[in-house]
Amino acid sequence: MHDFRDDEILGKAYDSKLMKRLLKYVKPYWKQVTIAVFLVLILAALNPLRPYITKFAIDDYILKSNYEGLTKLALLLLGLLFIQGILQYLLSYTTEWIGQKTIFDLRMEVFAHLQRLALRFFDKNPTGRLVTRVTNDVESLNEMYSSGIILVFGDIFTIIGILYFMFSLSFELSVVTLSVLPLLFYATFLFRKKAREAYREVRTLIARINAFLQEHFSGVSVVQVFNREQEEFKKFDSINAKYRDANIKSIFYYSVFFPAVELISAIGVGLIIWYGGGEVLKGTVTVGVLISFLQYTEMFFRPVRDLSEKYNIFQTAMASAERIFKLLDTKVFIKPPDNPIKLEKIHGDIEFKNVWFAYRDDGEMVSDDEWILKNVSFKINAGEKVAIVGATGAGKSTIINLLCKFYEPQKGQILIDGIDIRNVDEKELRKHIAVVLQDVQLFSGNILTNITLGNDKIPMESVIESSKLIGADKFIERLPNSYFEPVQERGANLSVGEKQLISFVRALVYEPKILILDEATSSVDVETEKIIQNAIEKLLENRTAIIIAHRLSTIQNSDKIIVLHKGEVREVGTHDELLALKGIYYRLYQLQYKDRRTKLVNVSGITR
Amino acid sequence: MRSLLELKSYILKYKKLYLLGLLAILFSEAFYVLIPILVGRAIDSLKFGVSGEKLLWFATLVIGSTLLSGIASFFTRQTMIVASRKIEYDMRNDFYRHVQGLHYLYFRDKKIGDIMAYATNDIPAVRNFLGPGIMYSVETAIEFVVILAIMFSMNFKLTLITLIPLPLISYLVYRIGKIVHERYEDIQEHFGTMTTVAQENISGIRVLKSYVREDYEIEKFRKLSFEYMLKNIKLIKVQSLTYPLMIMITGISIILVVWYGGYQVIAGAMTLGQITSFLIYLGYLIWPMIAFGWIMNLTQRASASMDRLLEVFKVEPKIKDTDKTDFSIKEIKGEIRFKDVWFKYPDSADYVLKNINLEIKQGQTVGIVGYTGSGKTTLVNLIPRLFEPDKGEIFIDGVDINKVPLKVLRENIGYVQQEVFLFSDSVKNNITFGVNGVSEEKIFEVAKIAHIYEEIMEFPNKFDTIVGERGITLSGGQKQRVGLARALIKEPKILILDDSFSSVDAYTEEMILKNLKNFRKGRTTIIISHRITAVKDADFIVVLDDGEIVETGTHEELLKLGGVYADLYQKQLLEEELEKI
Repeated sequence: MHDFRDDEILGKAYDSKLMKRLLKYVKPYWKQVTIAVFLVLILAALNPLRPYITKFAIDDYILKSNYEGLTKLALLLLGLLFIQGILQYLLSYTTEWIGQKTIFDLRMEVFAHLQRLALRFFDKNPTGRLVTRVTNDVESLNEMYSSGIILVFGDIFTIIGILYFMFSLSFELSVVTLSVLPLLFYATFLFRKKAREAYREVRTLIARINAFLQEHFSGVSVVQVFNREQEEFKKFDSINAKYRDANIKSIFYYSVFFPAVELISAIGVGLIIWYGGGEVLKGTVTVGVLISFLQYTEMFFRPVRDLSEKYNIFQTAMASAERIFKLLDTKVFIKPPDNPIKLEKIHGDIEFKNVWFAYRDDGEMVSDDEWILKNVSFKINAGEKVAIVGATGAGKSTIINLLCKFYEPQKGQILIDGIDIRNVDEKELRKHIAVVLQDVQLFSGNILTNITLGNDKIPMESVIESSKLIGADKFIERLPNSYFEPVQERGANLSVGEKQLISFVRALVYEPKILILDEATSSVDVETEKIIQNAIEKLLENRTAIIIAHRLSTIQNSDKIIVLHKGEVREVGTHDELLALKGIYYRLYQLQYKDRRTKLVNVSGITR
Repeated sequence: MRSLLELKSYILKYKKLYLLGLLAILFSEAFYVLIPILVGRAIDSLKFGVSGEKLLWFATLVIGSTLLSGIASFFTRQTMIVASRKIEYDMRNDFYRHVQGLHYLYFRDKKIGDIMAYATNDIPAVRNFLGPGIMYSVETAIEFVVILAIMFSMNFKLTLITLIPLPLISYLVYRIGKIVHERYEDIQEHFGTMTTVAQENISGIRVLKSYVREDYEIEKFRKLSFEYMLKNIKLIKVQSLTYPLMIMITGISIILVVWYGGYQVIAGAMTLGQITSFLIYLGYLIWPMIAFGWIMNLTQRASASMDRLLEVFKVEPKIKDTDKTDFSIKEIKGEIRFKDVWFKYPDSADYVLKNINLEIKQGQTVGIVGYTGSGKTTLVNLIPRLFEPDKGEIFIDGVDINKVPLKVLRENIGYVQQEVFLFSDSVKNNITFGVNGVSEEKIFEVAKIAHIYEEIMEFPNKFDTIVGERGITLSGGQKQRVGLARALIKEPKILILDDSFSSVDAYTEEMILKNLKNFRKGRTTIIISHRITAVKDADFIVVLDDGEIVETGTHEELLKLGGVYADLYQKQLLEEELEKI
């Protein structure tokens, strides 16, 4: 869910540190930038040329009745116009192109960075916010890169160009005409200031409206149950009215500003008529100069107005840049080993040796009740199937997390084939392990890509074979496009059981030596349940397996059961041994497995 | 386009503003079109050795006309644009009022983000049409006609020649705008795909990491964003055309005026001043030409948005007072009776509640227990009429629940939902959410009953502390207790607690239950709970299983029965034992 509040905070429009860093991303495209700057300069010189030539048309040809010269000049103007048009197109295209390329690079950097971050980071940061960084935040830099930086120079150079031609035509008349400039600058400045204030208020209020709507639509049942429709409507109405008034206020500034600019330019025209006209009578300037000046005043106003508009672009960009760089500067990684040991082939022996773990990791003392695992030790021989049981919160999933090196224990060692996994690169380690989680994660794509996760080294035969082994082939082949059947968002077109089976096939095609299975607790129909149980058996063949067990059958078939209670290993043994012990396992068994009727899945999503 | 006609009633409400705006436009244009003529006259007067005063007079006239025209244009914006903002306000209010009254299920089927989009995208799109859209179309139409008339009267042939390229602008702005819009939509869609993939990637990061698919994911995303970039570049290829084309077309017109007009001057058919007027008029005409294409696009977009909005407004709130409602009912006592009630969700074939018969007398306390998914929450949702049964009837004080005015019914129910939703507001405002004007003592009192008072007093700003994203985050247990206080302060005749102690510890639960004992007197109370402790003192307990009532009786009776309830009880004892080991 997009957070409507987070992104509405606007800071300053220019921050040299941020700017420097932002400019680094343009560097690879310095050639294109050079071209763009070059185009900007030529256009700045070309743009003011037409009124200048018009002057000659009037003074030298029209007033001197020279038909031929006039036609020639018109053709010259036409040629110039075409060149101008083409260059202008090239400039727009180049700057936008640079913007797109830069944005692409930046977006990939952010995304790739996210892939490298440790799970610890994702625990703390809501998905929606991270998605926003990759998508919207990067997007809002686009305008700055494309039209911001280069075109600011363009505007400045155009102004300089116009000034040059005006002054070369008539110094005095230029000074008189330009005397309205301070007025224009002042009016623009004042307007910008006022409009910005009003705009800020508008932004704050629209953010409040959005936050209000989001909250009240999410909590609509509370509003209805508490019979507060009238009252909440009044609240909404008051924000909405404020928003309307803030807008009306800003309309006021616009209503004054646009006519004011017209007026200032009219004053300029008035000055040209009055003073310039006087000069024409005196013979110091020609009628042509007068007419070209009339055109220049019009040309002059556009870049001045444009410049002030760039302010908003920069402001939004800076705010986004700050958020993006903050993410890029976050370095939450699993520490890579100094001398990594290669794991070519493994047997699959696993050992936990006095492992202590807490999710908190800020360097401070971990208090007693924050330890999730306390001095956990156990040994699993290659090929064994071990079930881990325990109440919710006993630390079962944490064991998986540590074994996969998603987190690192504070104390103790985890050994695979006798090698401390601290000395093994995380990716290297995970190649030998497959994890099947309770919540099956599906991705947009088709059944095949969801099985292989895009790994094209896995041959189709292997996918089909594995599907057969698991018993997923039947439902897959029933689909209209079988293995190529598109998977909808979150796998909406598949049942819970089918999703499970896909995740089993997925684990199987990766041929792991160690398999970790967090059995799903969701209820499926009897037939699917049977298929799933068979599938699990196949899945576990010839591998070391750790199962967070929810099914009695799995437990009974396992070589060993580890009972985890409040973060400690309390009992180890086979099902019968442990039952005879009449300890924790005995009670857990009665609670969770015996005569299992509990439906742990909420059937309707209504309560959400 | 027809959907925009539905805006009639909104516009009529502000017809005065729109009429005044029209008047202002006429006034403004009248002076505006004078200016080029004045400039032209001034230039021509130079030939005849005009006096300095006369020139100053011309200058003053130019400035004066602009001023008058400007003042009028100020009023145009102050009327028409202001009216559009007012309509936007009305529409947004109507939208909110409508949507907040919609059925629960509407919000389940739609994403909040999609509903939000109506308010954030569609209403502004319609507003754009109502404000700038209408204003500029009137303004440009008038300007266009008047300027053309003047130009033609000055020199018919020159006007005709110079105008040839101009309609091209409108056409191109429209055509390019259309292509740009199409490509833009395509880009937006692709952006959506990119967002989904990023979303899936981040929420599935665990799986991806464990299968070491990071590099592949980066490659996949690279392809997507590369394609996104290409699509954008395809867009800018066209979009970048707009400005240069405009410069070129208007440039051609200007060159034509200079060239052909120059010929006319040499031939003595025109004056230099007239050419100058022409040049200025041309400048004036460019804007209407651009605006025309722009308005077309804007109107199309507004019409699409209006279609979507009408769609929402068409959705009827399913649950509301009808002509069957008996408005003479001003209060209720709290007796509840379910008679052969069946319920299923519209998108499913299975009944969630099956043949429920239940009678709760005023003042009684009833416990409801059952496994997850057995229909407990659905059952109590029927009481404040969040849902309506498919079959069967529910009576309140012996009266059909549909006859009780919704307001009266809900006012008298204090419902603490399973997942307590708090607003990001102060603790105090959250507690007093359902009531008006209560004393501080009252707030403290209910907070004490809910056993949250002391914890609130330890918050940085006590009862004024803001909760939620902008303030402090409450724990699940704290949320539940604030939610409880919020229900208690209503002094409801019927109190419904849906698993309201699931996140509080056993001791706190015991304290709350003790506090509630007093409060419950004279009120009908329904307690859904997973823990037996919360229901064992109830007058009677109902056990739901798979949507059916399978057991009814007091704690002792049900234990003796040795059924589901006894099983649940056994398990609870075991859990407690385990907790102690």
